[in-house]
Amino acid sequence: MCDHGEKKMKCDIILAGVGGQGILTLSYAIVNACLDEGYNVLQSEIHGMSQRGGAVYAHLRISDKKIYSDMIPKGRADIILGTEPLEALRHLDHLTPEGKIITSSVPVKNIIYPDEAKVLDELRRHGALLLDSTDLARKAGSIKAQNIVMLGAVSRFLPLKTLKMYIKKLFSKKGKEIVKINLLAFDLGLITKCWEI
Amino acid sequence: MPYPFVYTMQKKKILLGDEAVAQGAIDAGISGSYAYPGTPSTEINEYVRSTEKGKIHCAWSPNEKVAYEEALGHSWAGKRALIAMKHVGLNVAADPFMSSAIAGINGGMVLAVADDPGMHSSQNEQDSRCYADFAKVPCFEPTDQQEAYDFTREAFDLSEKNNIPVMVRLVTRLSHTRTIVAVGAKRKQNSLRPARDNKRWTVLPAYARRMFKEHLAKYDSLQKFSEKRSSLSLRGKRLGVIASGIAYNYLMENAPKDISVLKINFYPLPMKSIEKLAKHVKKLIVIEEGYPFIERQLNRFKIHGKLDGTLPLTGELTPDIVRKAIGMKAHPGRKASSLLKIRPPRLCVGCPHASTYDVINGVKKRFPKLRSFGDIGCYTLGALPPYNAIDTCIDMGASIGMAKGAVDAGVRPVIAVIGDSTFTHSGMTSLLKAAKENTDMTVFILDNDTTAMTGGQETLANDQRLVDIVKGLGVDERHIRVIDPVPTRLKENIAIVQKEIPYKGLSVIIPVRACVTMVKKR
Repeated sequence: MCDHGEKKMKCDIILAGVGGQGILTLSYAIVNACLDEGYNVLQSEIHGMSQRGGAVYAHLRISDKKIYSDMIPKGRADIILGTEPLEALRHLDHLTPEGKIITSSVPVKNIIYPDEAKVLDELRRHGALLLDSTDLARKAGSIKAQNIVMLGAVSRFLPLKTLKMYIKKLFSKKGKEIVKINLLAFDLGLITKCWEI
Repeated sequence: MPYPFVYTMQKKKILLGDEAVAQGAIDAGISGSYAYPGTPSTEINEYVRSTEKGKIHCAWSPNEKVAYEEALGHSWAGKRALIAMKHVGLNVAADPFMSSAIAGINGGMVLAVADDPGMHSSQNEQDSRCYADFAKVPCFEPTDQQEAYDFTREAFDLSEKNNIPVMVRLVTRLSHTRTIVAVGAKRKQNSLRPARDNKRWTVLPAYARRMFKEHLAKYDSLQKFSEKRSSLSLRGKRLGVIASGIAYNYLMENAPKDISVLKINFYPLPMKSIEKLAKHVKKLIVIEEGYPFIERQLNRFKIHGKLDGTLPLTGELTPDIVRKAIGMKAHPGRKASSLLKIRPPRLCVGCPHASTYDVINGVKKRFPKLRSFGDIGCYTLGALPPYNAIDTCIDMGASIGMAKGAVDAGVRPVIAVIGDSTFTHSGMTSLLKAAKENTDMTVFILDNDTTAMTGGQETLANDQRLVDIVKGLGVDERHIRVIDPVPTRLKENIAIVQKEIPYKGLSVIIPVRACVTMVKKR
């Protein structure tokens, strides 16, 4: 897991999902919080063709030391954060033996999907924390807030304190109601005991 | 100036590699930014447009050649200009690039080219360093986003000092990684001072012969500068690594102990440092992203790299590939899942291109021999299921020329499918010739009011303006048909196209409907 003892901090996260699920929005909050709180951060993105409903991912690296590679080596990711279960599973070979998977359990079936139960089973075998992000986002007030639910869920493992401030900043242009929904989505993601689902 | 630079009034910003290049150019005092969108370079001009509109001329150009020439004129007038494009864009701009290198510049001129090793969003893996060498134009290759900022700033100084255009070579991972970058204060723009020496700006053979000689001498003299921009760390003698650009990051990520390293950030190569390293170590490996470009220039040394299989010749590097190449064991990890299915990109729900392909496939039922020449944009996805409606896609604008060539050879019926932005990029000249010969084919120009694939940049000709251009190129007005590509009009649209296919001459169908994703964004 992310080591954030006093002397060193290293947290390598792979964000995985389907184009349009808001992975870059989610990661915007983390990157800005890192700048604020004095950490080094690298976030690699996928643009262009790969965005259109295809598989997307971003590598997010946080450390208090110099970070060299924009890509996380295989077997070195501390966390896989999925907004879609099959996409979370796609990056398994990047996870450390101790690493954690936190993912939405809600599949996006825009392809001939593998057996959904098998996907979830394999994730569980790897100790994944599964979260019904659609349900929680709906409870927060908008199904679109799934990405922020997932941000809330992963936040318990991050050393960052200013994430909520950046959620406010991110959505302030869209009005108070949207800010409120997303802050609630964050909290629901944070407090839900996802391992029980 | 010794590196790393220290700026007065230093500030920290979160920037993509592309944005760091743009910010570096802005702070170097550009007055013009010229580009055609193309992944992974698009965000360079996007950033200039979002931060400096009104202060810097930064409208999108129709193609990379025009962008380059606009920038060159800007430089001729004494002002600084940035040009940005993806690697294949430089093929389009290669003509002015090669010759302007010899003529030189007036105001500082920097060309940022983003390569796409691994072909995330491209049709090939060409390495722009080869172009820099071809034209003998100096080239920076930043390692990270900070260097992307620093070196772009410095590239303008180098350009003005040596009277030469300078290239900054990026790769996808550098362009599209976001991080914290320290930036300095903005320098003033140049004042207007047009070039006076018309001999130097006119590459007539008699003048060009002399200038080419001078140009080569100038290029070689930059080796000294190259030594300063590389850094040599002589340690253990067992292994020496020459690593350029982001390859250096993948090396250092693995924290190899007791090896000697030469970090390269500039071309022409720092030959003195290379010789020092070669003398110091027993084994020498070159690690570089792209072609074996450095490796080929060092064939007088015994070198390991892409040519002897130490590293792969194709695809992009990763920290894992580099780890293996320097003889380190893989990290313990987990096995990849066997359940995985690929999830390719697709046209968005409600995309007007989807409706156009439904029309084309409807027409194909009546004309099963119909062949379809495609082009570059979101609509290239029509080549994939469920549409399978495209037979070819090679380069920007190729659809119309290839379709015409096939008709010339005797193929019937033939259609070409091209987007509005690609049409103004390099489809218009092909249509001019097809109109002149009244070639027996049907050209679809998909007008979605934007350059969609790269994120929705404004285009130069839509709606009536596009129709007027097609007319102006000489297409018979009776065979220009504008249709509305929506599912509810499928039958009526098929009927219109079915009438044009048997016509023994050139027809142009223009499906007009705004990109659904852009409409949502607005």
